[in-house]
Amino acid sequence: MSEERYMVTSPLMGTFYRAPAPGEKNFVEIGQRVNSDDVVGVIESMKIFTELKADRPGTVTRIMVENEEMVMKNQELIEIEI
Amino acid sequence: MFKKILIANRGEIALRIIRACREMGIGTVAVYSDADGASLHVQTADEAVNIGPALSRKSYLNIGAIIDAARLSDAEAVHPGYGFLSENPELARACDENDLIFIGPSADSIALAGNKSTAREHFRKLGIPIIPGSGGVIASADEATAIAVSIGYPVIIKASGGGGGRGMRIAHDADQLIRAFATASGEARAAFGNPDLYVEKYIQRPRHIEVQILADTHGNCIHLWERECSIQKRYQKLIEEAPSPFMDDGLREEMGAAAIRVAHAINYTNAGTVEFLVDKDKRYYFMEVNARVQVEHPVTEMITGIDIVQQQIRIAAGEPLAIGQADVRVNGWSIECRINAADPENDFMPSPGEITSLALPSGPGVRLDTHIHNGYLVTPFYDSLIGKLIVWAPDREAAVQRMSRALSELRIGGIRVTVPFHRKVLQDERFRRGDFDTHFLDEY
Repeated sequence: MSEERYMVTSPLMGTFYRAPAPGEKNFVEIGQRVNSDDVVGVIESMKIFTELKADRPGTVTRIMVENEEMVMKNQELIEIEI
Repeated sequence: MFKKILIANRGEIALRIIRACREMGIGTVAVYSDADGASLHVQTADEAVNIGPALSRKSYLNIGAIIDAARLSDAEAVHPGYGFLSENPELARACDENDLIFIGPSADSIALAGNKSTAREHFRKLGIPIIPGSGGVIASADEATAIAVSIGYPVIIKASGGGGGRGMRIAHDADQLIRAFATASGEARAAFGNPDLYVEKYIQRPRHIEVQILADTHGNCIHLWERECSIQKRYQKLIEEAPSPFMDDGLREEMGAAAIRVAHAINYTNAGTVEFLVDKDKRYYFMEVNARVQVEHPVTEMITGIDIVQQQIRIAAGEPLAIGQADVRVNGWSIECRINAADPENDFMPSPGEITSLALPSGPGVRLDTHIHNGYLVTPFYDSLIGKLIVWAPDREAAVQRMSRALSELRIGGIRVTVPFHRKVLQDERFRRGDFDTHFLDEY
């Protein structure tokens, strides 16, 4: 199973956002198809925004953190099934 | 004078304001988010009020929560510090409506200073030099070239929706301009969802020099000389000094007078900064007014002996300025290095985390404005600035030496900080000669 799915992880400690701005549509929902380099979330750390991108094409199967939750470096955030 | 002031900020500037209040015998109320409960500004103030969750927009940017905290604690005035709500006219207005004194300019002056296009037109009419350009959005490459011919090449194309250097293109002739117009427009649409562009004269090798002003509510306005802020990365200042090694007495007098004219034109009161670009031929152009206390205000304090934060409080309390222009006497040289939780080896990537060891510099001529301590958790929620190292010395060369010495004493473990970067810049020959401009770090 493990080679058929991968995790998008946080590159640094920060706040995880599911949408580009409050009230806007989420980048992704569970069950959604994504392509390589699609933005799936964003991390804000010290007022700098870093986009989280899908490595490979697949389907979002799990979103492991809530919107606006604080996450640690390397924390697993989104599971994508290839 | 006020009996109690609420400080609507956090970190080193909250501490700086608490210190000013304490020296004046004024009580202090700190506000804090859930992330800052154990912070030094909370422990140092006489009282503290929790104003909400860690995210800024739910706490430090929450005007209602701040006004409630001020009323609850019987504070008479609110000091906004810098950043957060300091240049939001709504906080100044909310203070007015709740019988609180806002320690800063009026809501109207803040709004005037903040609207760049109306400010530009306003000041141009008053004879303040501004960067020549289109003023508004340009519709076509033809219009851009017509403007370029009238103001002279090189010109720079900027995206209306842009900022931080993105969506900019420099053109030295009509061919380059026509090509740049097409690519910049597409880029601006993709990056900011807004293809609008404007054109202005490209100032070659500019320096960022700003003038500190103090204006009371009785019509008196003075300037406290300039600060040199050309050492920047992506428009973020990293090293500031006062005076500027580029200035001469004539230029200083002219720019000081221009800054005071700008202040009068928008009925400015309290402390403020007028920012200019100065080209290699010492022509200066107005950029903007910062309607607040600046991060780098200490270098001006060090060379003038004037406490800018205490002056802010006195002005807000309605006192006339006790210092005239002739009383402003400058002594020596001061440099500030911004200590950020950022990795200079990795493109200044944010570096939050716990401080696991700490050694602080001290000795002659050293000032450190900081809220960090051993075991302090630098959270990812706010700005990366964790301290400002400031030195004073009789002249620039001695100040550079002293800063190098102080930096070598500053050891922060557990997170990445900008200290190694500063140590490198201070060794640089061009920096040591005072021969630099805002491109210094791009070429570094």
